[in-house]
Amino acid sequence: MIILEAQNLHKTYPNGTRALQGLHLKIEQGICFGLLGPNGAGKTTCIEICEGIQKADQGTVLFLGKPLDRDFKYRSGIQFQETALQDFLQVKDIIEIFSKFYTKSFPIEELKSFCQLDDIWLKDHKKLSGGQRQRVLLALSLVNDPDIIFLDEPTTGLDPSARRNFWELVKLIKSRGKTVILTTHYMEEAQILCDQIAIVDAGKIISEGSPKDLLLQYFPNDSSKNLEDLFIKLTGKELRE
Amino acid sequence: MMKRIFALIRARNLEFFRDRSALAWNIIFPLLVILGFGFGFGNSKQAQFKVSYLSLSQDFPTHPFFKTEYLSFHKVEDVNEGLDKLNHHKVDLFINLSEAPLKYWINQSSPKGYIVEKILLASGAPPSNELIRSSIDTKEIRYVDWLIAGMLGMNMMFSSLFGVGYSIVRYRKNGVLKRLKATPITAFEFLSSQIASRIFINLSMSAIIFFGAKVLINFSMMGSYPALLLCFFAGSLCLISLGLLCVTAVKSEELAGGLLQLCSWPMMFLSGVWFSLEGFSQGLKSFAKLLPLTHFVDSARAVMNEGASFTQVSPHIASLFILSFIFLGISSYFFKWE
Repeated sequence: MIILEAQNLHKTYPNGTRALQGLHLKIEQGICFGLLGPNGAGKTTCIEICEGIQKADQGTVLFLGKPLDRDFKYRSGIQFQETALQDFLQVKDIIEIFSKFYTKSFPIEELKSFCQLDDIWLKDHKKLSGGQRQRVLLALSLVNDPDIIFLDEPTTGLDPSARRNFWELVKLIKSRGKTVILTTHYMEEAQILCDQIAIVDAGKIISEGSPKDLLLQYFPNDSSKNLEDLFIKLTGKELRE
Repeated sequence: MMKRIFALIRARNLEFFRDRSALAWNIIFPLLVILGFGFGFGNSKQAQFKVSYLSLSQDFPTHPFFKTEYLSFHKVEDVNEGLDKLNHHKVDLFINLSEAPLKYWINQSSPKGYIVEKILLASGAPPSNELIRSSIDTKEIRYVDWLIAGMLGMNMMFSSLFGVGYSIVRYRKNGVLKRLKATPITAFEFLSSQIASRIFINLSMSAIIFFGAKVLINFSMMGSYPALLLCFFAGSLCLISLGLLCVTAVKSEELAGGLLQLCSWPMMFLSGVWFSLEGFSQGLKSFAKLLPLTHFVDSARAVMNEGASFTQVSPHIASLFILSFIFLGISSYFFKWE
């Protein structure tokens, strides 16, 4: 069953940057879908249009076959690349306040242990480490027990241990039958977490499929190749370019 | 070290000069203030003291006192009107020319009244022994009694405009609003929450200042507390709505600061916080009636100094609610999350 579908998305910013040029996407329910691409490829624009945060100049996004509406906000969870929260709030306050925005919510005690927030529950959010902060932001995206979760570069800037810890949480989310849409620069992350990936360049999808199928398709005789090699082959760009 | 300091100076200057809206505002705002003050207070013969008089003649009085420069004279219809203006610090002296011997009144607590009395007595005609000095029969309103409503209003104005305005610009700039946009919260719900929160803060702070000042200086409170509470509620709502309107789509703190100052400066000087607009041009008085703080100060002062009832202050309260509705409607319509 298709949970989210983007049809022919076009977006040009006022400064003339053409971020999306006819992008199509179909995402199956219950999978982890990875959106990969070099910087400036249009990943964040694409994901923000799919989240309903930005409007496309042309094209539509359908959630369970219907255009995005208010109900979608109740059923989706979002973790932005950068998120600011109001000052002087403890983790507990943030989670409790956000849970009040929704009609349905993830039981707070369960969420607290699920995202490993016990130790930092009464801490000011400004005093958290990078990994702790990302766990709080993940908890915020799960606070309404959503059907679909958008994670925009959630592990950027984290140390390897915090990153792996975060991956375990994403796996747990997947195991609960949730759909996860992930953008990332880390090919290892995509390889470990994603069931399906799409590589975006210059505002279009240039290749799409499961990591295994794509590697077989582009490197049929070389099992040593990984997603990073595939990424460079398709985009002609180094990862952090 | 100097190289590093200059590099930082350059960075800040570039940041400032490339923010064109803020730059333009930094030039336009002082010009507007100069123009505004030039228009309002530009008369080189600006009166320093105000005198009201009652006369049966249609002609301007010929007494030498009435030729004194830097005094402005305002005819009243009857003694009560003259005394009322004097009691409410709208004028510094009231003189009744309609009967002999001439009688004049000053407000005992007014320093300006003391000086105008000296000018009257020094003017020589009529001789001072033909003048009768009188005091106000009703309970005299001290300057501090008159001032307190304005001070509370001004405090509420700054808290509403800058407290709400700056925090929304900061939320918009650092992405707090973007995060909230991802939730089911609507612009109306967000704005309502900001208003409710600030009204609560304003009322709490004003209550603390009000009762603290009452203990310290024992100012007069003639009216009912529910009526005064209504004035504070309506004034606070209107000023917060104005603050929201100023920053409804603004992302630059410097531009927001300019816009908020554009609103606060005229209210600070024209809403009767420090001095009455008696004697100023009709245009300026009409403009002042458009300002929310004017309605708050007039209504709160009426309740506190004259014991005005709900009905008596209702025109001001209605004006505040109408202005709030207009400001909120426009700001909800143009509100930008990012």
